Amino acid sequence: MNTQDATPTPVDAAVPDPQGRFGRFGGTYIPETLHAAVDGLAEAYARARGDAGFQRQLDGYLKDYVGRPTPLYFADRLSESVGGARIYLKREDLNHSGAHKINNALGQALLAVRMGKRRLIAETGAGQHGVATATAAAVLGLACDVFMGTEDMRRQRPNVVRMELLGARVVPVESGSCTLKDATNAAMRDWMESSEHTHYVIGSVVGPHPFPMIVRDFQSVIGRECREQCIDQLGGLPDHLVACVGGGSNAAGLFAPFVGDASVKMTGVEAAGRGHNPGDHAASISHGQPGVLHGSLSYVLQDEDGQTAPVHSISAGLDYPGVGPEHAYWHDTGRVQYAAVTDQQALDAFAQLTRLEGIIPALESSHALAYTLTLAAENDPNKIIVMNLSGRGDKDLDEVIRLLGMGDG
Amino acid sequence: MNRINTIFKQLRADGGKALMPFITAGDPDLATTAALLPALERAGASICEVGIPYSDPIADGPVIQASMTHALRGGVRLAGVLQAIAEQRDRVGLGLVAMVSISIVERVGTKRFLTDAADAGFDGVIFPDLPVEESDSVRAAVAEHGLVCSLLIAPTTPIDRAERIARACSGFVYLLARSGLTGEQAELDGGLPERVRRLRAVTDLPIAVGFGISTADQVSEVVQEADAAIVGSAIMKRVATLRDDGGEAVVGGVERFVEQLAGGLSRQPRPATER
Repeated sequence: MNTQDATPTPVDAAVPDPQGRFGRFGGTYIPETLHAAVDGLAEAYARARGDAGFQRQLDGYLKDYVGRPTPLYFADRLSESVGGARIYLKREDLNHSGAHKINNALGQALLAVRMGKRRLIAETGAGQHGVATATAAAVLGLACDVFMGTEDMRRQRPNVVRMELLGARVVPVESGSCTLKDATNAAMRDWMESSEHTHYVIGSVVGPHPFPMIVRDFQSVIGRECREQCIDQLGGLPDHLVACVGGGSNAAGLFAPFVGDASVKMTGVEAAGRGHNPGDHAASISHGQPGVLHGSLSYVLQDEDGQTAPVHSISAGLDYPGVGPEHAYWHDTGRVQYAAVTDQQALDAFAQLTRLEGIIPALESSHALAYTLTLAAENDPNKIIVMNLSGRGDKDLDEVIRLLGMGDG
Repeated sequence: MNRINTIFKQLRADGGKALMPFITAGDPDLATTAALLPALERAGASICEVGIPYSDPIADGPVIQASMTHALRGGVRLAGVLQAIAEQRDRVGLGLVAMVSISIVERVGTKRFLTDAADAGFDGVIFPDLPVEESDSVRAAVAEHGLVCSLLIAPTTPIDRAERIARACSGFVYLLARSGLTGEQAELDGGLPERVRRLRAVTDLPIAVGFGISTADQVSEVVQEADAAIVGSAIMKRVATLRDDGGEAVVGGVERFVEQLAGGLSRQPRPATER
């Protein structure tokens, strides 16, 4: 643990710049048809951000509806089994609807209400962001259409049913590879025609400016809480933060409030999948190059012609060929380290946490966990690692049963 | 002088208008794309927009996206497209403009892409997903390579912003007939002629109108005010229906359709009461 410099630091206010740049990354690469919508959103968000009433309203929902603050839990038996650094878990899995996604969905939904928009649209891959948006739409009485690739709808049937029960319409997307990136394309196209009355709730710290900033800000409640909890419970700041990175929203939310704390190391963990070849992983920073996808410049997985590459991860939430531009910036500046963990390592970590702590983690979070276990083993018990347990694993049980050859079938 | 500028200068001198068909390179295959270029010229087109297939074309509608997916699944690569253009360049007088996502340009490298495109014989580029704010360095490079550059102006673009975009363009400005998806529509937006007139007041460049134009009547209506009509989805829809019949059928079908469309260039529009 380090006790120095524990005065609160705000989210890094230096980025993005007014053009939405995080260093050389980010920006606004969109068709002109989206310009008015994106510009209007940036203005509305700037006003909401400075409005104490909006913040109070959001805080109220986060406390009484989502169940925040989420605990910072000392994983005693897990730490003991590793025999190294002490491991603390930021329990985002205990949020209403089962993951950190609701922090952003509610924030954006309240922003939509403030802008007078009565309909939400969202893209979803595994369905978690779709469920979070459908949940926010239900509680605020908004219409909701969720775009989802037909391939993902087949793989994530329970979440399709959940969204429909919540009153959302799930719009099947049959173009391209019929997965998350195609659902994102479809949502952007819908927004071109509907932005007058519709808000597009993007699910991660990706997309054109101001989305990466908005999503980071709404998710930063994770890091702000965590920072206070560390000071209260541990008497100082942690030594190391670890979070998984697909688009990177839970990691951005944990990391951003600690960016000014030079003593706190941070590692984002990508999905190394089943190999290094294109189509076998989803590690955009580890294996990708700078490029433009879905409206911003960041690390992306593309072939040499700029065509988006196929991706694979055991975890549907990490299965995205890009990463938020702020992560690209943190990578380039060296503020955050990025590592990658394989399907198998994540599965092993999943089993370990479940057995030792009675917590079933999401497969996304299991990637951060696998890295945490290795890191803890390399350090002494006087070191503290905080890992973001971004979601619970109930949604992954079918997949885990299949992979571990459990159950009757 | 750049060929696009020459074409519009000639048309203005003759009081003529331009038909600008769009085709996706490599749908159904590159041999057919090559064969389509002279066919488009015979049918009365002045400039052809050649869509470089991209995996995630958010500025395009379902028909063109499906067409690009088809081309990519068939193994079409950028180098192949450029080669096909290079082989046809001297056989046609058509202006050739590449419609290309900034994702491709960024990845290949702006300079390399533009050098290769110019060497292949393209006369200009259209970036459908590059807003004027992000365009400075790319536009400068386009000019250095002797190409013209068009950015898009939307129905939702305020006139002062439209003026800024027009100033950033060369060759012609590309005005969208409607927001959102490309694709056919039964009727053009009633506010379109007024939008063209207002744009005309702030730019001397030729104005090309596209998105949702699919009939000779609509071509006729558009060129009452604008300098050029762009037709994309309606053509690629015909390509999709004829794909299974082979390249010759595609070329024949598209040529007949573009001939019909070209008929709208010189025709008086039907009076509003008949519509």
